[in-house]
Amino acid sequence: MEVDPTVPVVKNMLLLDSEGKRIAVKYFSKDWPTVTAQANYEKSVFAKTNRTNARGEAEITMFDDVIVVYKFVSDLMFFVTGSQDENELILATVLQAFFESVSLLLRGAVEKKTVLENLDLALLAIDEIIDGGLILETDAATVAGRVAMRGAEDGPATTEQTFSRAFASAKEQITRSLLK
Amino acid sequence: MAATAQDASAPLRGPEKKDEDREEDTEYSPFYGIEKGAVLQEARCFNDPHIDPRRCQQVITKLLYLICQGESLTKKEATDVFFSVTKLYQSKDANLRRMVYLVIKEVCPGSDEVIIITSSLMKDMNSKTELYRSNALRVLCSITDSQLLLQIERYLKQAVVDKSPVVASAVLTSALHLLAANTDLVKRWTNEIQEAVQSKNAMVQFHAVALLHALRSNDRLAVTKLVQSLTKPSGIMPGGVVRSPLAHCLLVRYVSQVIRESGATAGTGSEPRPFFDFLEGCLRHKSESVIFEAARAICNLKDVSTRELTPAITILQLFLSNNKPIVRFAAVRTLNKVAMTHPMAVTSCNIDMESLISDHNRSIATLAITTLLKTGNEASVERLIKQIGAFMSDIADEFKIVVVEAVQALCLKFPQKHRALMAFLSNVLREDGGFEYKKAIVDAILILIREIPEAKDSGLAHLCEFIEDCEFSYLASQILHLLGTEGPHSADPAKYIRFIYNRVILENATVRAAAVSSLAKFALAVEGLRPRVITLLQRALYDNDDEVRDRATLYLAELQAPAIKAPLAPWNIAPRNLEASLQTYLANGTDQPFNLASVPAAPAPKDKKDKDKRKQDVASPKKAPTAPSEYARALAAVPQLAGLGQLFRSSAVALLTEEETEYTVTLIKHVFPSAVVLQFNCTNTVAEQMLENVTVTVDLSEAEELEQGPLIPLTHMAYKEEGQTYTLLRREPGVLAGGKLEAVLHFKVKEIDPSTGEPEEEGYQDEYQLEDVELGPADYIKPVHLGNFRYEWEQLGEESEVADEYGLGSRDLQETVEAVIHTLGMQACEGTDAVPPNARSHTALLAGEFPGDVRALVRLSFGVDASRQVAMKVVVRSADDAVADAVHRIIQDG
Repeated sequence: MEVDPTVPVVKNMLLLDSEGKRIAVKYFSKDWPTVTAQANYEKSVFAKTNRTNARGEAEITMFDDVIVVYKFVSDLMFFVTGSQDENELILATVLQAFFESVSLLLRGAVEKKTVLENLDLALLAIDEIIDGGLILETDAATVAGRVAMRGAEDGPATTEQTFSRAFASAKEQITRSLLK
Repeated sequence: MAATAQDASAPLRGPEKKDEDREEDTEYSPFYGIEKGAVLQEARCFNDPHIDPRRCQQVITKLLYLICQGESLTKKEATDVFFSVTKLYQSKDANLRRMVYLVIKEVCPGSDEVIIITSSLMKDMNSKTELYRSNALRVLCSITDSQLLLQIERYLKQAVVDKSPVVASAVLTSALHLLAANTDLVKRWTNEIQEAVQSKNAMVQFHAVALLHALRSNDRLAVTKLVQSLTKPSGIMPGGVVRSPLAHCLLVRYVSQVIRESGATAGTGSEPRPFFDFLEGCLRHKSESVIFEAARAICNLKDVSTRELTPAITILQLFLSNNKPIVRFAAVRTLNKVAMTHPMAVTSCNIDMESLISDHNRSIATLAITTLLKTGNEASVERLIKQIGAFMSDIADEFKIVVVEAVQALCLKFPQKHRALMAFLSNVLREDGGFEYKKAIVDAILILIREIPEAKDSGLAHLCEFIEDCEFSYLASQILHLLGTEGPHSADPAKYIRFIYNRVILENATVRAAAVSSLAKFALAVEGLRPRVITLLQRALYDNDDEVRDRATLYLAELQAPAIKAPLAPWNIAPRNLEASLQTYLANGTDQPFNLASVPAAPAPKDKKDKDKRKQDVASPKKAPTAPSEYARALAAVPQLAGLGQLFRSSAVALLTEEETEYTVTLIKHVFPSAVVLQFNCTNTVAEQMLENVTVTVDLSEAEELEQGPLIPLTHMAYKEEGQTYTLLRREPGVLAGGKLEAVLHFKVKEIDPSTGEPEEEGYQDEYQLEDVELGPADYIKPVHLGNFRYEWEQLGEESEVADEYGLGSRDLQETVEAVIHTLGMQACEGTDAVPPNARSHTALLAGEFPGDVRALVRLSFGVDASRQVAMKVVVRSADDAVADAVHRIIQDG
């Protein structure tokens, strides 16, 4: 799928653990067609970044014609890759949406264990931020709200739904309280 | 599974490692020991009449986890999962539905199966809940084909103007993806998209603007109109209708595209570029990404003027001290690029740039240093080098290589500073480092030695010191070879002997052999050293390595012979020819001793791969052979052409026939010391004919200085096959013979029998008129690289000067300079081939070489007058007056 070349495009989003192993990854570009190519890419990204300190501010590196912006939170590493001609600050916006929405959805407990327990939320967050490489939404609170399907429960309720509804509204309230 | 997968059973890991991992891995993971088969089994719960939403959600998550870890589903598995997932539509649970949307996008097996889910999705598309609508839209658009799209077009069109931003964004992004295949469909929504551009929601506006542009991207005029309407300040919003920062970035990109395509330059007139004020206005936007996008766009403008650059540079300078590394990186990277074309404009940032040398992000620090090296003036070189010295110890090798390359470029720019820069290189050479890094340094020193004559002695001394403690045999042998060629001609050759002989004692066989060869070269070139070197070589006779002993024996024999035959004179036999001859010799019995003279001589091969690695010539990356070694080899393989000596220059390929004619002939002119070889590449494009005995004759009546040599025919020319025929023309050495030669292709035609595909016995003689072959003085010039043009220029002196002036009419200065350099076929020195933008005058320095090692140096001075007429003054200096005249002749003819 070829899109207009002037539109900012994200090549991939990676969420790796502190050993560089996959937790959630999504590739949008055809630059890494096979799983092996992807794994090699993840290895070199990890090797180039794991000794840097990206805990305070998000960091950036450039290699092999791509720009990678990244941020580490506890034992997790968030990466967003774009082409080397991309506006670095736009990629930074996407990265921020990525880790902030995950943080909102996990109620601040951003660590490998909780992400694995709530992997669905992390995957949905990626899906709500980027659609096939195009930036869909960059506001973390909006992304988190869409992942939690806030507002979807207003339809006719059935008895079967009680539990999930309670679950969603609890999530929603916590999200709201975090946003304040 | 990906090698970076969580699961320890990933195939790349060894079994032992696995057990170890399992023991240590006390960490809890909900996916521990997960297996595809089991999960697919679990997925059957989707088919239960009573759906448990929570459980199904978990199973979907497990499936997605597997896919995410690199597991792939077979076609059948995917289809099964897909079908059972569709059952989950019965559940009304919103979170489960969201997961269903996601998993459908991941496992969608093919358009045949899609049909089953379309109706459910279409129902969701009309749901009251906006998140159902948006997600269903995205899924539908990502899995359906054009046919189905037509059916749902009405809904899509409506969704563009949906008052819910999530729905509008969903359909607009999907349309961006679908655009390529369904342009007409999307075009029908233009009115709705226009409306969406006005949306109050930032993302919707961004997507709408992107789509609107994508629809018009092929129509330059429409893009200009779009940009005009979007940048126009409206009453309420002075910045135009666009509020979203992302949309604003897009607008900046469109504007720079419009500027680029309009071809408008800053020019000399007062007329500013169209839309430039918009770009400048964006520099005051409140979003950093828009500011940066605009600054970057200004820096990338073609022929940007200093006045245009200044505001952008000021903004980027502010960014340099931003607390966010990404912002600093973006700024320094852009400035680095600007520094290549406008070094002066960036100097104002030097102070901020210097503070970035200690930035903890090494990419930023390296970019800062290389920028400083580009913008630095002669006076600041020493200070800069001192700062970098401190920085070098704590960055990775890959960054160091970038710095070393930048230092090398700086040194070529300021040859006078070679002392400080060479000292820097030798310091870093002493530090620890990998092979690639050391090689980069050695290469840099080698290039400096060649380009800057004054740096030779100190450079060789640094290299001698380096090989004293060098762990890389490759580099050591390379340096020893260089010492052998350069050392004997230095002021004090004797001082190198000790360094080289130490290698003979201390190193491995490869380096020892190289050292022996190097020693022998000293003995040959320097009479005074010969007896002492012979003593040293005699010790190498007892070496335990064959190659070292052989070399020592050979050189001793040559050195002690009554008349030295210069055994190390350029080895004029291509190894390939030698190998072939030796094989023939062995095959024919070895009664007679092998005669080296029987090997077809060839020009000294320039292809370094062919040579013995230890004797390897140090090829500069810049010095791309003007005569590709393939030519030299191909010509040497023709027995009649052997013995012509070293190939001096080969011309570019020129076409002698129209394309698409019966026979296509192209010409390459090869110049040898006392001959010119015309190589005709002939292709037969007639399937029914076979050509035999193909030759080309040229009429020499207009070129008296040339004498007809043998014609080397091409025996067979079958359909679509390219073959070569050569015509040899002899000339006196030193004479730049030329003229217009009429050329005719001669051949024997044999019709091909269509029934057998074989050519018939009988044929007839025919000929074919080719375009004239032009041989001019330009064919005899070879570009040469000069390190110090001014020095060489002074050396030749004024008496050898021939000057003339030419009027060139109204032309663009850069194009003119390029055209003249191209016509002359000479090398521009000191970067004078680039004309600064808006320059009114320019001086270009060119260097070239004629056969017989006659140098010609040219100074071209260009000036533009008020009516934009270009005048050119050409000053040629050369040791040979005929050469200088020849250069002028080329310009007169060009």
